[in-house]
Amino acid sequence: MSINRRQFLRRAGMITALGLGSSFVISGFGKKAIAEAAGFEKASNDLPAKRWAMVVDMSKFKTEADYNRVIEACHSLHNVPNFPDTKNEIKWIWEEDYHHAFAGGFNEYLDDHVLHSPFMVLCNHCENPPCVKACPTQATFQRPDGIVAMDFHRCIGCRFCMGACPFGARSFNFKDPRPFIEEVSTEYPTRTMGVVEKCNFCYERLAEGLMPACVEKSNGGLIFGDLDDPNSEVRKIVSTKFTIRRKPELGTQPSVYYLVGGGEHA
Amino acid sequence: MLEKALSGSKRYWIWVTLLLAVIAVGVLAYMNQFNNGLGVTGMSRDVSWGLYIAQFTFLVGVAASAVMLVLPYYLHDFKKFGKMVILGEFLAIPAVIMCILFIFVDLGQPMRIMNVILHPSPRSVMFYDMIVLCGYLAINLIVGWTTLGAERKGAPSPKWVRPIIYLSIPWAISIHTVTAFLYAGLPGRHLWLSAIMAARFLASAFAAGPAILLILCFIVQKVSKFNPDPEGGAFQSLVKIIRYAMIANVFFYILEVFTAFYSNIPEYSAALRYTLFGLNGYNSLVPIMWVAVVLAFLGIALLVFPSTRLNKVTLIIGLLSIIIANWIDKGMVLIVAGFVPNSFERVVEYVPTLNEILVTLGVYSIGMLLITILYKIAISVREEKAS
Repeated sequence: MSINRRQFLRRAGMITALGLGSSFVISGFGKKAIAEAAGFEKASNDLPAKRWAMVVDMSKFKTEADYNRVIEACHSLHNVPNFPDTKNEIKWIWEEDYHHAFAGGFNEYLDDHVLHSPFMVLCNHCENPPCVKACPTQATFQRPDGIVAMDFHRCIGCRFCMGACPFGARSFNFKDPRPFIEEVSTEYPTRTMGVVEKCNFCYERLAEGLMPACVEKSNGGLIFGDLDDPNSEVRKIVSTKFTIRRKPELGTQPSVYYLVGGGEHA
Repeated sequence: MLEKALSGSKRYWIWVTLLLAVIAVGVLAYMNQFNNGLGVTGMSRDVSWGLYIAQFTFLVGVAASAVMLVLPYYLHDFKKFGKMVILGEFLAIPAVIMCILFIFVDLGQPMRIMNVILHPSPRSVMFYDMIVLCGYLAINLIVGWTTLGAERKGAPSPKWVRPIIYLSIPWAISIHTVTAFLYAGLPGRHLWLSAIMAARFLASAFAAGPAILLILCFIVQKVSKFNPDPEGGAFQSLVKIIRYAMIANVFFYILEVFTAFYSNIPEYSAALRYTLFGLNGYNSLVPIMWVAVVLAFLGIALLVFPSTRLNKVTLIIGLLSIIIANWIDKGMVLIVAGFVPNSFERVVEYVPTLNEILVTLGVYSIGMLLITILYKIAISVREEKAS
């Protein structure tokens, strides 16, 4: 059977399309196997967890220095730039007063002291993260241990995740951040202009068996652990004490809890 | 058929040169943004989408509006729209291209745009928006080109194009529905978290889009021998469509206002309060929002009364009022106010920068250049047939 040029081109095109399509299907479904074959495996010291969570014990945050120490530990480790203006600002963990951190429950008779008492806010690493759902490239994704992470090399900078996050936890690199980093840390990569970033619960430290930097510097004000483990400290606090979370009514299930009773874990 | 765009009168070339000049300025402004980052725009950590995404939203509506000609003509055999359908399709093509360009200029890392295809994310509404927009562009290119090509040869359109024409009707609805879902599915953005969002988008699209088309038809009548309404009555039929769509749009907006203010839940009314009356002393959007309100009612009034809608001057004023009202509502306020107040109930205002405005004008000029070229082709084919 002889075929003419046109038929040949048509058949060659169909076969190519079929080949490309099936290679996509294979690579799409076999990511884990590929990662293992390439020699990527779990770090030996990696702390195992099903759902990392944090309790912020407000009684331990008394002075401005308590906040600044924690913020500084995170921002210097992660090369978070220090922009002078709020427009381009990048922040992973910061101070926000009660009235604004727990927006929605405004009560005019609350004491000024309560309304303006500072709270520590950061990414909530939600169990149902709206940002992960919104991302069109899976540049932001949820790890099996519950951490909502970012791939800075995949992010296209569309900022859909910033619209989706109900907690204002995400920052965008409106400018090249590198000239605004006072002292470059070698522990974590710097970012390029045009990508989104946020707190990562220090997964790079967890992989080495260390607690997050903010937790380490908090003098017990931040308690970190596996919420899924019934014997963990965070689980014990969350199940026996009165804790609050930001905007729980949205159903995102934040993993950051605030212990407001005071005292020795109240 | 493209060669038709290469010969034209002196006026045609002056207009094309003017557009090319604005495009050049836009490209330069974009190069500045590309090199220095989105920091050159007015967008911030708090208002993270601005003029670009708002134009995208508005233009998706303009693109979808072609269906208001296709549906009566092909499904109801409304012959009067026969000469106008191609102009609707040739408006949809540049509108979709402008949408894609506005998304592109809004990206922080535009060189990575193919990641959307390399790493498809079926849980993201953006993924579906990409599919429906690219599909709609393809449909209109195929349908527009094939039907005009057949007409030029004096032959009926080929049979295979019919199913594609019918497909374009639900597809047009889908592009604006999916675009509304980009916003309406986000928790914590109360201005957008509304079930009526897609319906409102469609109503405003079917008002503003055909209004723009009608203005274009008047320009076509003025600059060429081609008459898009040879039998008479087509224009006035479109005016009725625009009028009812605009009434529905205003009605839907009032529904939003009622729910937000009567329920008195602070988060639901905060953004509307900000746009209509100002919030915590911030009120930069209030004047232009009230301009939109006045123009919306003026436009409806001018299109309702026979004396004003049959008079060409008052008709054009009415159409422009409707276009501007919709542009303010959807091409500016809706997107920006979605971020005000922010997640911490603080008001951070947004004002576009000059650089951002120049990029926006550049994209619009690309769109207008494409409209000019496509309309030139369609008009030349028609004039050739008539002579």
